[in-house]
Amino acid sequence: MTAEPAAAHPAAEPVAGRQPLYQPKVSRLWWLRRRSYTLFVLRELSSLFVGWFVVFLLLLIRAVGQGEADYQRFLDWAANPLVVLLNLIALGFVTLHAVTWFNLAPKAMVVKVRGQRVPPQMIAMSQFGGWVFVSLVLAVVLVGLL
Amino acid sequence: MSGRGRKRSAEPLLWLLFSGGGVVAALVAPIFLLLFGLVFPLGWIDPPRYDDLHGLMSNWLTRIVLLGICMLSLFHFAHRFRYTLWDGLQLKHGILTVACYGAAVVGTVLAALLLLQL
Repeated sequence: MTAEPAAAHPAAEPVAGRQPLYQPKVSRLWWLRRRSYTLFVLRELSSLFVGWFVVFLLLLIRAVGQGEADYQRFLDWAANPLVVLLNLIALGFVTLHAVTWFNLAPKAMVVKVRGQRVPPQMIAMSQFGGWVFVSLVLAVVLVGLL
Repeated sequence: MSGRGRKRSAEPLLWLLFSGGGVVAALVAPIFLLLFGLVFPLGWIDPPRYDDLHGLMSNWLTRIVLLGICMLSLFHFAHRFRYTLWDGLQLKHGILTVACYGAAVVGTVLAALLLLQL
């Protein structure tokens, strides 16, 4: 962030008295310039797939509420290759969300026990442990219903 | 505090819903999409039988938990997507912000109705 701005934003030239508020124009594709920017935007886009997760869950709830035939229809629809593909992509994005979210936690909170700061790795580990635990419980409940 | 800020801002509440939804979605969404999106449809494991699943879902505690999952995840989506559009894609229109939170509210009401008819 040293010499670049002037070249990147020609609008930065001050025009006395004519521009009371300076708002540099940012390209819509600024996030393709660097890998870390792209990863950031992909992480933010994970929210779309969190939204899809709710839609998919609500479709299941509706089907179960309507009766056994509708539940079967939901399962058949979910086996459509396009839906499977969408869910595969969604799984990738929500996993990206989960990993980045749990990695962030130790940076967001400082926990102290007896005046000593709990190591950030331990907070991250406990988060991932909780994730594994919840996933296992849900899998056992849903699969163990057989 | 600025003297003009007479109206209380909703931002802290929105950030709270965002982070609550972030935790819930991170914990639940991957395993749910893995099971109902891939494992069951692809026939790796048989899906739960209707009566069992219906019994589990229509339990009142489950319904409340499901409503919480839906509501928090929807507000997480709304809040984050609002900023993805605003900063990420440089789409700075207030109407999109309203649409994001509006979708979350509508989705939450819809979830409540669907859970009631289980």
